[in-house]
Amino acid sequence: MSDERILKFHILRYNPQVKGDVPTMKTYEVKEAPGMTIFIALNDIRENHDPSLQFDFICRAGICGSCAMIINGHPDLACRTLTSKFPDGEIKLLPLPGFELIGDLSVNTGKFMRAMSERVESWIHDTYADSVDLDRLEERMDPDIAEQIYELERCVECGCCVSACATKRMRDGFLTAVGFMRLARYALDPRDKRSDDEFYEIVGDDEGVFGCMTLLGCQDYCPKDLPHQTQIAYLRRRMALVK
Amino acid sequence: MKIVYTDSLIIGGGLAGLRIAIAAKQRGFDSIVLSLMPAKRSHSAAAQGGMQASLGASIKGEGDNEDVHFEDTVKGSDWGCDQDVARMFVNTAPKAIRQLCAWGVPWSRVRKGDREVVINGQKVTITEKDEAHGLITSRDFGGTKKWRTCFTSDGTGHTMLYAMDNKAIQLGIQVHERKEAIAIIHEDGVCHGAIVRDLITGELIAYVAKATVIATGGYGRLYEVTTNAVISEGIGNAIALETGVAPLGNMEAVQFHPTAIVPVGILTTEGCRGDGGLLLDKDGYRFMPDYEPGKKELASRDVVSRRMTEHIRKGKGVPSRYGDHLWLDITLLGRAHIEKNLREVKEICEYFLGIDPVKEYIPVRPTQHYSMGGVRTKPTGESPTMRGLFSAGEAACWDMHGFNRLGGNSVAETVVAGMIVGEYVADYCAENPLKIDTKLIEKFMDREKEKISTLLSREKGESSFALKKEMQQIMMDKVGIFRNEADLSQAVEELKVLHQRSKNIALRHKIASSNPELVEAIRVPKMIRLAQCVAYGAMLRKESRGAHAREDYPERNDRDWLKRTLTFWKDENADLPEVQYEELDVMKMEMPPGSRGYGVDNTIHHPDTEKRVAQLEDIKKANPSADRFEMQRLLNPIEIPDKFRGKNERIGKGFK
Repeated sequence: MSDERILKFHILRYNPQVKGDVPTMKTYEVKEAPGMTIFIALNDIRENHDPSLQFDFICRAGICGSCAMIINGHPDLACRTLTSKFPDGEIKLLPLPGFELIGDLSVNTGKFMRAMSERVESWIHDTYADSVDLDRLEERMDPDIAEQIYELERCVECGCCVSACATKRMRDGFLTAVGFMRLARYALDPRDKRSDDEFYEIVGDDEGVFGCMTLLGCQDYCPKDLPHQTQIAYLRRRMALVK
Repeated sequence: MKIVYTDSLIIGGGLAGLRIAIAAKQRGFDSIVLSLMPAKRSHSAAAQGGMQASLGASIKGEGDNEDVHFEDTVKGSDWGCDQDVARMFVNTAPKAIRQLCAWGVPWSRVRKGDREVVINGQKVTITEKDEAHGLITSRDFGGTKKWRTCFTSDGTGHTMLYAMDNKAIQLGIQVHERKEAIAIIHEDGVCHGAIVRDLITGELIAYVAKATVIATGGYGRLYEVTTNAVISEGIGNAIALETGVAPLGNMEAVQFHPTAIVPVGILTTEGCRGDGGLLLDKDGYRFMPDYEPGKKELASRDVVSRRMTEHIRKGKGVPSRYGDHLWLDITLLGRAHIEKNLREVKEICEYFLGIDPVKEYIPVRPTQHYSMGGVRTKPTGESPTMRGLFSAGEAACWDMHGFNRLGGNSVAETVVAGMIVGEYVADYCAENPLKIDTKLIEKFMDREKEKISTLLSREKGESSFALKKEMQQIMMDKVGIFRNEADLSQAVEELKVLHQRSKNIALRHKIASSNPELVEAIRVPKMIRLAQCVAYGAMLRKESRGAHAREDYPERNDRDWLKRTLTFWKDENADLPEVQYEELDVMKMEMPPGSRGYGVDNTIHHPDTEKRVAQLEDIKKANPSADRFEMQRLLNPIEIPDKFRGKNERIGKGFK
C-alpha cells in the first residue's frame, strides 16, 4: 500500500445539546496510513479538521464494546475495523440506532445496559453468596460448565445486536439478544439458584423471548460471535415448558 | 449551584472503585461511583491473563502459600514495595478470588488427569490430582515460583469486572456515567468531595462526601505508545496532586510490558509466555536463555523488556517501517490451546495485524504498560496528609509493587485493595460527619468555572492536541525503558516549557456543553504536570531499581535510595513539583533486601541489611516451635481488618 489513498468519511453530525442544531451529513478527507483503523481516522479528523466531533473509544482493542457504530450500513466495532477493508475509500458512519443519542457518533449504551441488567437481575441469586466462608475452599465446578459459562459471558455490551434487531424497532420494550444472552448465562450457572418459573417471569412474554421474530440480525452482527441463535432457541424451548 | 451528597464518593468505576463502593454499601453507607463511561468498559476489562492468588490447587501450584507469594512480590518490586502492604495483600488474595467465585466469575477449573503443556519449549505431560478436580486452576506467569495466576480462559479482567459491576447493580449502587472529577474540594488537610463536570451537558456539579476515593487507574497515556486504554490519562492522580497537600508516590516507576504488538501497542498477554510461548529475534533465534538462563522468557517484566531492548540494540531486531521489533512465537502451543485460552490474542492478531498466530509469529516490542506510582497512601488507603482522601488500584501508590509489578498482581491488587481499603473507607464514614460548607464548595466551584470560561473566551493560543503530542513524544524518547541524566534533564526542561505553554490553551470550538476539545483542554495541563513528576523523579533517582533503569547508575543503591519519592505541587505557579523522600525502614522488613537473581548482582547494600538479617535469624532461633503464621507475626506484625484475618484453606494442606 505504497500509493496513499485519500479516504472520504461521511459522518452524521448532530449535537442535541446545541439549540437549533439539525442532523446533517458531513464529509471529511483523510490520508490513509498503513494499518489505519477507524479509531485512528476519527482521531485524525478530530485533531486536524473538527475538534467538536463526538465519538467513544476506550480500549481501542476490540474488548470494551464502547465504539460500536454503523459502518457502511452494518453495525460493528470501529476500533478494529481497518480502513483497507473498503476498496473504494468511501466510509459512511452513523450512530448506533436503538439508543439515546449523545451527539454525532456517541450513543448512551450505558443507560440501556444498566436497565437491561436490572431487568434480568444480572447477578447470582443465592441467599448464601454473601455469607460464604472466604477462608474455605471454593465450591467446585465442572471445568466444562465453567468454560460454557465463559462462552456466554464474552458479551461486551456493545449494542450491535440491539441495533440490528428488527423486533426492537417494532417493540420498544423488547429485551433483545444482549438480555437473552445474559439470562442464558445465569440459567446455565449452577451457582444461580433461580428456577425456570422465575426466569419465565422475566422473559416469558412478547417483550421477552416469545417476541423474537427470529430474523437474527443479532447472530449476524455480534462482533464476539456469540451463539445468539442457539441460546434464543434454547431459552424459548425451556420457557415453553414452564406451564 | 448543584450539589450532590453521599457518604463515599468513588471516582472511577473499574474493579477497585466498584469493590470499594460495594464494601461501603454493605456496611450501610451510601456510595456513588463516578465514571467517564459505563463501568463495564473500564480498563480493568483489558486484563487478559489472570489474577495471582496462592490457592495451590493445580499440581504446578502445589506448595504455594502466602509466604511464597509474598517473596515473589517483594523480589519483583526490587525491594521497593511496602512490605506491610504486600503482606496484607498476599494474605487476602485467596479470599478475594473466592468471593468473586461466589459472585459469579467463571474461573477456569482444574481438570483431573493428564494434560499436555509446553514448558521451556518442550511438550510435557502433567497430571492433575483427582481431589483437585473442579477447584480454581492457575497458569504460569513471569517472576513467580509457582503457577499461581488464576484465570478465566483469556478474559479474566472482563469476567471479574462484569461480576463486580453486576454485584454493584444488585446492591443498587448508582454509577454516574460520563462524569469527570476535575478538582478535589478540601480545606485544612481534609477532603470534602470533588467538583465534577458532566461530559454531556457541561454542567459543573459539586459532589460532597465524607470519604472520597480516587480509583481512576494509571497514567499510561503520558506516553505516545502504551497498552493502556485511551482514558488512562492519570486525571485522578493529577487532581490529588493539584491539592498541593496530597503527594504522589514513586511516579518515576513505570512498567514496560515485553509483548505489545507493533505498531499500535495493543497488549498480548503474559499468558502467551506463561503457557510456553517464546521470544525470537530476526534470525528466529531464541535469545532469552542467553541473558537469563534461569527464568528465560518468564523473568520479571522489567528484566525481559530490558533484555529485549538490549538485543534489539545489538542489531538483532526485525526491521520494520515502525522501527525494530522482535517476534513472539506461540505457534508451538497449537490451535486448540490458542483458540481456547488465548483467543483474545488471536482476535487481536487477526484484526490489527492480519496474521494468524497459530501459524505466524507476532511482531512485539516492549511498551508502556503499568503505573506503579500514584496517589501515595497509608496501608489503610488514606492519603498520609489529607484526611478523607483515599485511593486504590493502579491510581494508588499503596505500594505493594514498588518498582516493578508482577504479572497477575494488578487485577489482584484492585480487588484486594478494594476489600481492605473499602473497610477503612466505611470506618471513616462511620466516624466522621458530612461537612457541608457552601462557602467552601462555592470557592472551588467558582475557581473551576473561571478556568473553563477563560479557556472558552481566549481568542488565540496553544492547541491542546499539539501539546499532548509533544509531551507524549518527550516521554517516549527521554523517559523510557533505559534512562540517563542527559535525556532526563532535557525532558525536565522541555516539559517545563510545555507546562508554561499549557497555560495559554485556546479552543477552536467554543461551547461549554459536550465538547471533546474542551475535555482535552482541561486534561492536558494536568497530564503535563504528571509527566513532570515522572521525569523529574526519574532524573533525581540516581540508581536502577526494578523498572527504573539508569544507564549511568546501573546498580541498585540501597544505601542511598531505599526510599520512596513523594511529589507535591504546592505552589500553583511553580514550574516543577516539590520532591521529598520517605525512607523504607530495613529494620522492620520481613524480607531484608537481597538479590532478585537476574544478571549480575551489583547492589550497593544498606548498612542495616546485615543487622536485620542477623536479627531475623535470632528471632527464628529463639522461636523454634513457631509455625509459619506465628513466625510471620513475629517478623512483621501487620494490621488487617478483622474479617480478613482467617487462615486460607488449600487442598491437601488444610489450613496449614
